[in-house]
Amino acid sequence: MSTGTGAAPVNVQVVPLERTWWQRHGGTVTVWISRVVLVAVLLVLWEWTAGRVFDPTFTSRPSDIWTKLVEWGADGTLWTNTLITIEEVLLGFAIGAAAGAVAGFVLATLRAVYRVLDPFIMALYAIPKVALAPLFIIWFGIGLTMKVLLAAATVFFLVFLNTAAGVREVDRGLIDAVRLMGGSRREIAVKVILPGAMTGLLTGLKVAIPYALIGAVIGELVASNRGLGYLINDSASQFDTAGVFASLVVLSVIAAILNLGVTMIDRRVSRWKPLEEK
Amino acid sequence: MNALLEVNGLTKQFVKDDVGILALRDLSLSVQEGSFVTVLGRSGCGKSTLLNLVAGLIAPTSGTITYRGEAVTGPRTAIGYLTQSDTLMPWRDVRRNIEMPMEIGGVPAQRRAELSAELIERVGLQGFERHFPRELSGGMRRRVTLARMLIGGPETLLLDEPFGALDAQLRADLQAELLRLWQGSGQTVLFVTHDIDEALLLGDRIVVLGRLGKVVCDRPIDLPRPRDADELRVDPAFVALHREMTVALKKGAEA
Repeated sequence: MSTGTGAAPVNVQVVPLERTWWQRHGGTVTVWISRVVLVAVLLVLWEWTAGRVFDPTFTSRPSDIWTKLVEWGADGTLWTNTLITIEEVLLGFAIGAAAGAVAGFVLATLRAVYRVLDPFIMALYAIPKVALAPLFIIWFGIGLTMKVLLAAATVFFLVFLNTAAGVREVDRGLIDAVRLMGGSRREIAVKVILPGAMTGLLTGLKVAIPYALIGAVIGELVASNRGLGYLINDSASQFDTAGVFASLVVLSVIAAILNLGVTMIDRRVSRWKPLEEK
Repeated sequence: MNALLEVNGLTKQFVKDDVGILALRDLSLSVQEGSFVTVLGRSGCGKSTLLNLVAGLIAPTSGTITYRGEAVTGPRTAIGYLTQSDTLMPWRDVRRNIEMPMEIGGVPAQRRAELSAELIERVGLQGFERHFPRELSGGMRRRVTLARMLIGGPETLLLDEPFGALDAQLRADLQAELLRLWQGSGQTVLFVTHDIDEALLLGDRIVVLGRLGKVVCDRPIDLPRPRDADELRVDPAFVALHREMTVALKKGAEA
């Protein structure tokens, strides 16, 4: 190659923008204010209608739920049971996601094997995971293992299917490009298929979060003496609707925190995606 | 000079359901080292299939391809291939995309950084090292792809309508850049296009392919270099060649 003088650099005009704080963050702030207002309005409406329109025995009221949360918080009920559920969710999510990601990546890379197994996998996927609970109780008893595996079973399929789809959608041209660079099968797997499938894997993880929670709580509802699912069951059997709602509030907080975590990973991994049109 | 690339009785057939679809039939071609050969043909004449075969990405149904006397059985780093479509890794920025062939070749990081900086300057992408492909225009992505191909120091370049999707002005710029990069490099170029002007402007020799890769015309282009696109258009020799190629393309489509 001749060295030459170098091509003329591409010019891009960068224009400094005078944007006020509000122009830059106004959209986000408006959305957040609207959210807070919406929640406040709903809570006030609920508090006001309870006892006037609805029977608080059935609907409870936000102040009662708050009192219940404080009471449980003080005597430790809240923390021990929440920790148990979180432990089940995290373990189930981790086991299911790891197994699903590895299986999805390996099986989708081996196309022939995937074609053979595809109908069986779909059949297993279609089984409502709640239906597995009795079987898991027989196998593992009513302890932690049963809930963890119930959560993992659901997470596994969601992560597996999304990862496999991600692998199969990797652009053939990119694989050829690496072959042209003299890349081996291993390099193709690590440098093209793995990052290419990342979007699918993350979608799977994101979709699976609520299901990990569902799996664990259903396990607790079916058979247990600890955890938020047990707390719901126990409160309901005593006609304590405030207790049921308090447990539900804690569950949604856990789901929101898990979601935030995945969004943060997503942002870190997907920096190469197109810039947002502004 | 010896033939660098020798294609003999090349036939490629793709299988679809119960039928075979013939893309190339009995094509023979030999390319001298250091020459710039343009392959002209209408779309669907098997041009891209020819390059895929020569690059070693797919195997021929019958016939042989030899490169420096050796049979081509798979991709080799001595041959650089710029495909029609974009094949930059969307998750790698410009610099890491350009460095990728060296990364696979096991070149140490510091040497990689030096070479990629040099190439980025040569294709005029200074300041865009940290940009991702989707943040670049089509023309800039082509430059990145070109730089990525050149960084491995290939001795033969296969170019498949590399500037087809660009606007006329940018295409002219990049054609000039390609010629500037090629001249004196001793590299052999096989350049596929459907554009008669482009084929005549760039090549030393033009091969016109008809249906199924039938060679309908194979002749040297004896226009003096450096060639200027604007002056060429009114050059009688160019006009005569242009007419000849139009006739050849028409003949190829009928055959």
